[in-house]
Amino acid sequence: MCVECGCGLPGAPGEVQIHPAGPGPAHSHHHGHPRPAPHGHEHDHAHDHPGAAPTKDQPRAERTVGIQRSLLEKNDRIAERNRGFFQAKRLLVLNVLSSPGSGKTTLIQKTAEALAGRLRLGVIVGDLATENDANRLRSTGIPVVQITTGSVCHLEADMVARAMTGLDLDALDVLVIENVGNLVCPASYDLGEALRVVLMSVTEGEDKPLKYPTMFHSATVAVITKTDLAEAAGFDREQAIANLGRISHHARRFEVSSRTGEGMPDWCDYLVERRRELAGAPAAHS
Amino acid sequence: MHEVGIMQNAIQMAEQQARESGANRIHALRLRVGLMSGVVAEALEFAFEAVSRGTLAEGARLEIERVPPAAWCAHCGAEFPCEDYDLTCPRCREFSQELRRGTEMQLSSIEVS
Repeated sequence: MCVECGCGLPGAPGEVQIHPAGPGPAHSHHHGHPRPAPHGHEHDHAHDHPGAAPTKDQPRAERTVGIQRSLLEKNDRIAERNRGFFQAKRLLVLNVLSSPGSGKTTLIQKTAEALAGRLRLGVIVGDLATENDANRLRSTGIPVVQITTGSVCHLEADMVARAMTGLDLDALDVLVIENVGNLVCPASYDLGEALRVVLMSVTEGEDKPLKYPTMFHSATVAVITKTDLAEAAGFDREQAIANLGRISHHARRFEVSSRTGEGMPDWCDYLVERRRELAGAPAAHS
Repeated sequence: MHEVGIMQNAIQMAEQQARESGANRIHALRLRVGLMSGVVAEALEFAFEAVSRGTLAEGARLEIERVPPAAWCAHCGAEFPCEDYDLTCPRCREFSQELRRGTEMQLSSIEVS
């Protein structure tokens, strides 16, 4: 059967079948989905052709092999494995993303402090270099593993899979993954998180979601940070919310100041609620 | 600049498929890259030069189909192009929750011999 259109027409045995214009018995059918470019693909392979092997004088003809596979397949597979593992452990996992300097580390630090006694947090923190963020977070007494990516501009699912072996996950309720500060590349990489939390600070300008739509569209939670600086920065709150509404309209929105604590109770209650939902859900394994 | 890693994945996948179908040379790779995928086609082309060296795909053509984003409106059932990332349905002004095309990053086919 054709894996792409499901037409079910068999190919001739021993032949690479390509449609619509390839060798093999011609067959015509209507696709329910018009495609701009012709597509060819192989229906059948892994078989022998005794005597038909090409020789030096007879170069082999070019042929098309259809693949239709995602280039992020490997990462997505590991991410799904992570996700199943986290669900089985009833661990609420956050992937926290923003540009450099939007307040990821401080938000995580203050969240851990505010949730002390309610939820146990652990952190995996990704940076190109230095252990500075890990040290800041450790000062609050929470377990932290630092991934230094070298020149890699984002975290990938297998980096998280390796890093989490450095934490006692059974002693945690929430695992926060602080991604590399970057609003472009990390958008494409699923880590297996339950919540994708994208931050924009009031000092960055209201149009951040419009400039980085892929990232903001992928958010399940959007957090406006540093609200205590809004006035000094001339932040147009209405415009920012309108922009978020346009790109991340499906995302849950919070406005916080890690410094003054404004908005923190709502954010923390939300995490407690999400973790409660997860703890009540059936385990991923049977 | 994660295009290098993505291109490496593409070449590894293409080489594996080429070998499985008994080929020893890749003449062309066809990719489908959505305009909202977060990767830049030009950067992929640049990376391809470097990372294809010494592989079955060295010297191959790289054809990239750029896929414009399209969304589907659950409210009125219309599918519409969402230029400029605006997911507002042009018919009923509701926000679409479903981006149907434009985020793909796919190896669609290869030409081998």
